[in-house]
Amino acid sequence: MQYDLIIIGGGPAGLAAAVSAKKEGVENILILERDRELGGILNQCIHNGFGLHTFKEELTGPEYAWRFIQQVEELQIPYKLHTMVLDIRDGENGKTVMAMNREDGLMMLTARAVILAMGCRERPRGALNIPGYRPAGIYTAGTAQRLVNMEGYMPGREVVILGSGDIGLIMARRMTLEGAKVKVVAELMPFSGGLQRNIVQCLDDFDIPLKLSHTVIDIQGKERVTGITLAEVDENRKPIPGTEEFYACDTLLLSCGLIPENELSGKIGVELSRITSGPVVNESLETNVPGVFACGNVLHVHDLVDYVSEEAARAGACAAAYIRGEKEKEDTKEIPVFAVDGVRYTVPQTIRPACMEDTLTLRFRVGAVYRDCYVSVYLGDRRIWHKKKRKLAPGEMEQVVLKKSDLTDRESFDKITVKVEEA
Amino acid sequence: METRELICINCPLGCSLTVTMENGAVKKVEGNTCKKGEAYGTKEVTNPTRIVTSSVRVTGGTLPVVSVKTASDIPKGKIYDCAKALKTVAVNAPVHIGDVVLKNVCGTGVDMIATKNIPAVSK
Repeated sequence: MQYDLIIIGGGPAGLAAAVSAKKEGVENILILERDRELGGILNQCIHNGFGLHTFKEELTGPEYAWRFIQQVEELQIPYKLHTMVLDIRDGENGKTVMAMNREDGLMMLTARAVILAMGCRERPRGALNIPGYRPAGIYTAGTAQRLVNMEGYMPGREVVILGSGDIGLIMARRMTLEGAKVKVVAELMPFSGGLQRNIVQCLDDFDIPLKLSHTVIDIQGKERVTGITLAEVDENRKPIPGTEEFYACDTLLLSCGLIPENELSGKIGVELSRITSGPVVNESLETNVPGVFACGNVLHVHDLVDYVSEEAARAGACAAAYIRGEKEKEDTKEIPVFAVDGVRYTVPQTIRPACMEDTLTLRFRVGAVYRDCYVSVYLGDRRIWHKKKRKLAPGEMEQVVLKKSDLTDRESFDKITVKVEEA
Repeated sequence: METRELICINCPLGCSLTVTMENGAVKKVEGNTCKKGEAYGTKEVTNPTRIVTSSVRVTGGTLPVVSVKTASDIPKGKIYDCAKALKTVAVNAPVHIGDVVLKNVCGTGVDMIATKNIPAVSK
């Protein structure tokens, strides 16, 4: 089967990309989704707080997803559920996507452009080097979230949570409301990786203690978790002897980071960033493989689905422009964006000023907590952006907005730099 | 004069608020970057409320549970009662977004509504 555009993933990114591409005139689109329904991770995120930017109201995850699913249905964009993509290849006749499901068997689909929208995965215990036994009762927070909110299972009664990312905080509240006792949330770093609002409404509201600079140093129990030992860590994140504390519990939830899921991206030769673990993209969210675009959590992990939708809509529009043959600007200068002095990364990582729209939102994260400082952007040596921030934290994504006129009207420069500057 | 330091939970910005009170009445809210922040600061020190999200059992649906929320915010002190009340509720599929699954939850005057569509299993 031949398509103009294949979108891999039917979560928030894939849905918004599909809607946008269709509105931009792409007729022949296919969304491939491995789960039993569209909506991706939003289906298990039953808490509210989604959509304040996009819809100017506060929705739960499933409601937010439904807004986009309805648009996909109204625009009659085809999708295949229960469908796993196994491989993507680049060739003279476009991209070949190998996928399979029970009805169609193995399919070789071709497309002129592909949008990667596979989302991310949680870091599992195996990647955390926690000593101790391997009993039942250890779950990633997102797995527990799916079990409780969609499958109707309660993973345990007495819970310790390691990691204070947003999913961990949300699950502390969720397990509590379902009758479990959440004894403590431990965070290795001296600051939480989650949003402040979640610390207030998920921990403080329920008197759940948050222990910063603490980690799990032992898991007890052979068949089932019977308890864990926490210890405080020093500035090098090494446990401090004598600070050990035992917590009896039957469940340990892990909320220790999300990793973009890019196994497929590598197969078609997409270059990945070592910092974001997502593709390196230009201002059009296009990877180094022409015609392959990326958006959402597969590109870099977001805190807000609203920004995912916005980014994905742009990927959809840029893919549409590529399909129309508008992006053949080979001699266009491509300028690298450098993230330095506290800024860990930026997306996009390169910018072709000639291909920019009037404005471009550059998103980034910082590597530590900063107070009363400035975020600055330089074109070569000239500063074009300098904004005061009361607080910057690794858990909160930041953005700067670049104007095309700033990048094209002035004398030439060969690099763009984003940095944190002290007041 | 008494002050309280709060984090606004209206949106992910999480503005740090300082609420100044005198004899239990709010004098001023500072640190907010929008009107919602001011309203939150005032409410949080006088009558704190929350939207409660949870799930209830479904019979005959494609999934065994459906997600629900309070149609508007309810007093913070009623959160546990609300969660307990939901344990006794079961609805029949199909369920549609906006369906009332429990009227006037815990006497708050607020309905509990479904936030997800759960189709019935075809027999």
